[in-house]
Parts: sequence; C-alpha cells; structure tokens
Amino acid sequence: MRLAALLALLLAAPAAAQDHSAHSAPADPHAGHDMSAMEAPAAAEQTDPHAGHGMQAPTGASAPAPAPADDRAADRYWGAAAMARAERAMRREHGGGSWHQLRFDLAEVQLRAGRDGYRWDGEAWIGGDIDRLVLKSEGSGSFGGAVDDAEVHALYGRALDPYWTLQAGIRQDLARGSRATYAAIGVEGMAPYWLQLDAALFLSTNGDLLSRIEGAYDQRITQDLVLQPRMELDLAAQDVPQTAIGAGLSQVELGLRLRYERARAFAPYLGISWDRRLGRTADFARARGDGTGGTALVAGVRAWF
Amino acid sequence: MRKMIDRRGVLGSAVLAGGAAALTRWTPAWAQTASPGLAAAPALSGDDITLRVAHQLLTVDGRSSHAIGINGTVPAPLIRLREGQRARLHIVNDLDEETSVHWHGLLLPFQMDGVPGISFPGIPARSRFTYEFPVVQSGTYWYHSHSGLQEQLGHYGPIVIDPAGPDAIGYDREHVIVLSDHSPLHPHQIFRKLKLQPGMFNRRRQTLAGLLDGQDQPLNDRLEWGRMRMDPTDIADVTGATYTYLVNGHGPKDNWTALFRPGERVRLRIVNASAMTIFNLRIPGLPLSVVQADGQNVRPVTVDELQITVAETYDLIVTPTEDRAYSLVAESIDRSGMARATLAPRAGMTAEVPPLRRRPLTTMKDMAMDMAGMDHGAMDHGSMRMRDGANAPQVRLGPGVQTIAPMPVDRTGEPGQGLDAVGHRVLTYRDLVALERNPDTRPPERALEIHLTGNMERYMWSFDGVKLNEVKQPIAFRAGERVRVTLVNDTMMSHPIHLHGHFFELVTGHGDHAPRKHTVNVLPGSKVSWDVTATPGDWAFHCHMLYHMHAGMMQVVRVRPTEDAAA
Repeated sequence: MRLAALLALLLAAPAAAQDHSAHSAPADPHAGHDMSAMEAPAAAEQTDPHAGHGMQAPTGASAPAPAPADDRAADRYWGAAAMARAERAMRREHGGGSWHQLRFDLAEVQLRAGRDGYRWDGEAWIGGDIDRLVLKSEGSGSFGGAVDDAEVHALYGRALDPYWTLQAGIRQDLARGSRATYAAIGVEGMAPYWLQLDAALFLSTNGDLLSRIEGAYDQRITQDLVLQPRMELDLAAQDVPQTAIGAGLSQVELGLRLRYERARAFAPYLGISWDRRLGRTADFARARGDGTGGTALVAGVRAWF
Repeated sequence: MRKMIDRRGVLGSAVLAGGAAALTRWTPAWAQTASPGLAAAPALSGDDITLRVAHQLLTVDGRSSHAIGINGTVPAPLIRLREGQRARLHIVNDLDEETSVHWHGLLLPFQMDGVPGISFPGIPARSRFTYEFPVVQSGTYWYHSHSGLQEQLGHYGPIVIDPAGPDAIGYDREHVIVLSDHSPLHPHQIFRKLKLQPGMFNRRRQTLAGLLDGQDQPLNDRLEWGRMRMDPTDIADVTGATYTYLVNGHGPKDNWTALFRPGERVRLRIVNASAMTIFNLRIPGLPLSVVQADGQNVRPVTVDELQITVAETYDLIVTPTEDRAYSLVAESIDRSGMARATLAPRAGMTAEVPPLRRRPLTTMKDMAMDMAGMDHGAMDHGSMRMRDGANAPQVRLGPGVQTIAPMPVDRTGEPGQGLDAVGHRVLTYRDLVALERNPDTRPPERALEIHLTGNMERYMWSFDGVKLNEVKQPIAFRAGERVRVTLVNDTMMSHPIHLHGHFFELVTGHGDHAPRKHTVNVLPGSKVSWDVTATPGDWAFHCHMLYHMHAGMMQVVRVRPTEDAAA
C-alpha cells in the first residue's frame, strides 16, 4: 500500500510536468506566423485611442505570409561555402551553448556525541538547456572509520518543462553498508513556493524497490544570510536484509542550515542535522549494533565551480 | 544669440586640434575627462576611415581591466559622416579571433550590415575587411561588434551623420554621451554564471528582514508570487553587483565633464551602448528637450527624465543658463548603480549627485495579469492562467517558456518600469512624433505577431519559444511589402528589440508622423506594434540584451522579391 502511494507521488510530478509540454511543437514552428486566420476589423483607424486597451489589427492586413526563402542572400556576395560555415557558427552561438558545473549542496563535518563524521551531497553535470549528463554523489562516514554510505548516480537528464527535469540512469552503492546496483529514475526541479524537490525510484539488481525524496527551501534573511530547512526521506517497498533496510519509511533526515552567501558560489554554513532510522530499519541497525540516529551540529560549505 | 555652426569649419578645426587634444590614453578625444564638445575634438571622418580592433587595457575609476577597443580607445572613436557621401570603412582585426562591425541604425545594403553568418562571413583573426556603402540618412547612431560577446568588452562607438542640408536642430555646442556597462568579469563568465545561477547578480532580493521591516511586498503578495515562482525583484539580469556604469568610458568617480557656456543650446547625443543595462537618465535642474530618437528627428518634447533602453539613441537639447555645474545621472533600471557625468562651465566643477532611488518591484501588470482597466468582456477571451498555450498558439511551449502573457496590453503610453510615480515628467513612446511625414504611409497589407519568450530559471530566451539554434525557418517578408508587426512580451523583463537595416513606424496614434525607430523597448507583459516596409536582403532581428541574444533570442528576417517568394 505504501508502495502504491509512493509510486503515485513520484509519477505525479513528471506527469504534471509533461502535461504542460503536451501542448508543444507544431510541425512547422512558424505556422503561427501565418496570420491569415487573424481577424481584421474594418475600422480604418490604425491605432487604438484607448491607451492600454490593446491594439487592433490594421485594415485589410490579411495578406498571406510569403513562403520562406531557403537561400542565403549573402551567398552571392561572399560565397556559399564561407556563408554556410559562418551561419552554422552563428546559429550554434545563439542558443546552442553547453555548460558544466560541479556543485556541492552539502560538504560538511558533523559533530555528534561519540562519533564525529562527515557528509556530502553534490553533483557534476555537463550539457545544454535540454539534455544533460549528470553525476550525483552522496554519502557519509565517521572520522577514523570506514565510509558508512556512498552512492554514485550516473544519469541522463532531460528538461521536461520550465521547472522540472527527468533523470534516469544507474545508481551504484560503494560503501560498507551496501554495494548494490540500481536502475534509477526521478524528477528534479522547483515546485511552487520555490520548493526544491528531488524524488527518485531505485530498482536494485535483486529486484528491490527503494525511493528517496529530498526537499529544501531557501529562506533569505538578509541579502547574504540564507536559512535552509532541508528534508530527506528514504522509503522501501520491502525488507532488504543485506543492506539493513526495512519496508516502509526507512530513514528520515531533517536539517536546518544557516549559510553566509556573500559569494554566491562559495557559501559557508553552520547548522543542525537530525536523522533517524525507523521501523524495521531501526531493528536491523540495532541488531548490527549500529545506532538508529541522532543529532549533529554541522559546519560546511555549499559551493559550485 | 544662437548661431548655426558651420560643420565644415568645425571638422577642419577638429582635425587641426586633434593631435594636441588626444592625450588621454584610454578614451578618444571627444570623450576626454573634460570635453569642450565635439567641435574641438577630432572625429574620424572623410571617405576612408580605418578602424583597428585590438585588445587593450581600460581604466575605470582608477582600476584597470581587459578590454577590446578600436584605435586604442573605449568607447571606439566617433565616426562623423555626412549624408550623401560614400563611406569606406577599413577594419583591421588585430585580435586572434573573428570580429565584425555592425552599423547600428544605418540603412545600407544587407551585405554591409556586419552580422557574421547573416550578412557576411565575419572578419577572421588578423585580417582586414572594407565596408563600403552610401550614407543615405543623418542623425546619431552607433557601431559595435556582432561577434561573440565582444561588445561587452568595449567594442562599441558612436556615429554622427550630419545632414546634407541645414540641420533641423539648432544648437551652439554638442556632446556625445555614450552610456555603457563594464565588468571586470569576462563576458563568458557572466553568461556562464547566469546559466548556472540565474539570480547570480541580484543582490536586492526580498528578505525576511525586509518583511519584518515593512519593506517591499506584504506577506500575502510574497506568498502569491512564490506560488507562481516569480521573483518581483528580478528587474535586471546583470547588475551593479558586477557592473560599473560608464559615460564615455568613464566611471562615476572619473566624473566625465561636458563643458558649456551659460545660455548656450547644448545638444547631447545620448547612445546606450550597454550590453544589458536600461538607464533612467536625468539632469536635475535642467529640462530635457527631446529632439531626436534613434537618429530620426522628432517634434521637440520637454521632459525631466527618460528611460533609454539598450541600443537606443536620443538627442536632447538642454539650455543651462546659470554659471553652475549640473549632474547627469543615468540610473540602471534596477537602481543598483548609476552612470554619472557633469555639465559645467569649467573643468573641475561638480554638482550634487542625487542618491540612487529605491529599486522598483515587478507588478501584476508586468505579468500581463492586471485586471484594472480591462475592457468589459476582456475576461471572456482566453484564460488568465500564466502559461496557457491557447493564449499564444504559435509559441512552442517547451522548457524555455515560463509564462505566456494572458492579457498583454499596449504600454507605449507608460514611462517604463519604476518611473510611473517619480513626481516629474518622464518620456513615453507616445510622446514621440516624427518631425517629417513618414516616407511610406501605406497601410499594412499583412500582420505578423511575434512572442518574446523566456525562462528565467533556466536562463533561456527566444522568439515564439524557439531559440535561434533550433529555428527551422527564418521570418519571411516580401520586398517592399508593408507589414504590421506586433511584439508580445510574455516575460517579466523588458526586451529591446532591434531589426537590422530598417526603420519601423511605431503604432502609437500619430498617423503619418509615427516615430521611426530601429530599436523598441517592449515592457514586460505588454505588446508593441509597428509598421515596416521590407528592404531586400537577410537581416538580423534580435533582443539587444546581449546575453538574451546569446541565449537564442534572435531570428533572421529574409526579404525577397515577390516573384522569388512565389516560386
């Protein structure tokens, strides 16, 4: 039942996103330029005397649009080869760019009773406006011990609408806790009220289904100080004893971080983070002699390059 | 009292004075820190003019940074032509990259228009190119690179074309005032930052501290705007956080000074050569008589302030009678900084510089969702949703289109964002009336609507939702046909839209005396119509916000003889 609800939640976001893009792309993008269908009022006056009330179409302005010419006028002056090369470069330059970014949303030390540790959550991507290759990684560990959790996701991202991006690929767990491999699919984006959301489903090679939902909100206190509440929920459709995960809501992480964003791309922060394993997951942890969670003071930096 | 200047005499003495006057290293003589005016400064003129494009340093307010200039100066030299002459402009490209020069506002054969990939192949690194065209107009214009982002680096300069006959505008002295924006960041860095974090340069956001202090929007409005994922402080993409605003290559502290004698009619030829900055310009204490817009004479109209969008020019007459200094201030539209100069009888004088006024906020009207003043029944047309394809069937509704204006209105009677309640006269487009009858007064045969679209969150900009790199078909015109083009701004920012090689007549209710422009600012959530007579050739058509154009907000206009179009 929980799984059904989870799936419904996950699928709702891209569906809502795609709902918008469903209107898109007439076969000829300039079909709309043909204004022959536009009504042309008979009024002779060219302008609307009422400012702000919109403008009327001009008299008899209903001639059909000409067929677009497919020759470059400049070819006959400068040569077709030189112009073809220049036009390709010009088109690429105006909208065809590609970028890359390395970003750490979390890169922090965690001070907690008994065992201080560290935590990271970041991504690197390369691509254009619509299609991107994304590498994500997150994990945590204790100083002096092994890395507890480490994940790397290799995803293809495709922009669905103004705010949402579909991401699909694989996730590989690398640390002591789990070395499982998963197929991954999710959506990432900005919900109304500026909520940053990332929700994904993971299907392991053993057939286990997991999910994660991350959300964050930036509350600007001053131009330079930003308070960020953050939440991460891990869910599972079934018990996975090998990786000590129990069915249902397996883990919750809540954080509150205050960052100093004088420099946009390098913002140190201080905060508090609380995490908790729940239900069967907590039972597994206790059985292995691990803790079930706790509170940490955190200090780190949010940065991109 | 007022004497018409003999232009030939002026040019002659200018050439003689040139050697002595051109001492300042980074700025041309007409833009020296204290300038007596164009009559005493050399301009490049004559039938053959050579422009050398090269890297250089630019010092602004005492700080040096890299620039691309022409003949060693930023702004580039003033080019002074005469209507009726044939101009030959020899470009020497000393860069290790391609360059180009576009003659902004000049009517010329399209293959001399200077847009690589549309009008010619560009000027390769370390090579030369000669532009040659007849000069068929007069007025104030400018020139700039159309290659990469060189314009942001300093590759821009003014053009003054003297009329063949007597000048309809009488003046005793003239100054060129080139406004621009300069950053120590390389323009590719600026663009990348905008792509990675679109609010990068906005340091005037609404904050919790502001809310508690009673500033900006009340809580309900903030929630409503948050629900729509719209930031009302998003007025300018690139701001004073990185820009220094320049007058003739001088920062506010450099205090460029234009000299005058009290009682003179002083003509100020204002050019906004910024990459990204719309300015609100005023000279506290002096009324501004607007006599020319985009190089075309208009019936004089007196205002106290005007908004000049990117790539526009305005000629103003001021008549300072007192023996005192005046500050010329040009605030950026988001009020994050200002360009400042001084008008003074003697060098070294200063006047009070007014502080930056409070930054404006975007309104529901900018979202084309203002219900006040709507026609009765207007509500029945289309939906008021923020992104309803039914309101713009021609727009491709992809990730690059954040909003579709549900109810765009004609705002040409408004003074521009943030200037509706400044307590004095502000110019609007409706105030502009052509001095001469329009050369083509035929009614349009055809109507064409083009939507200005974008997504601030992904920093994508386009026409009709299609970036130039994705465009399959150019916009087609028949040679000589009269077309009414309506630009609908679906975004929440102003866009200065420029059509190369043409003047268009704004439809603002002035019949056969419509103001003729090469660039028009389309306010957020508004629409603007203009009539144009198509000139044969291929022409660039784009938003003159440099990074909007670079992001794809550009198209090619193909004008062909009728028989070709029919074939």
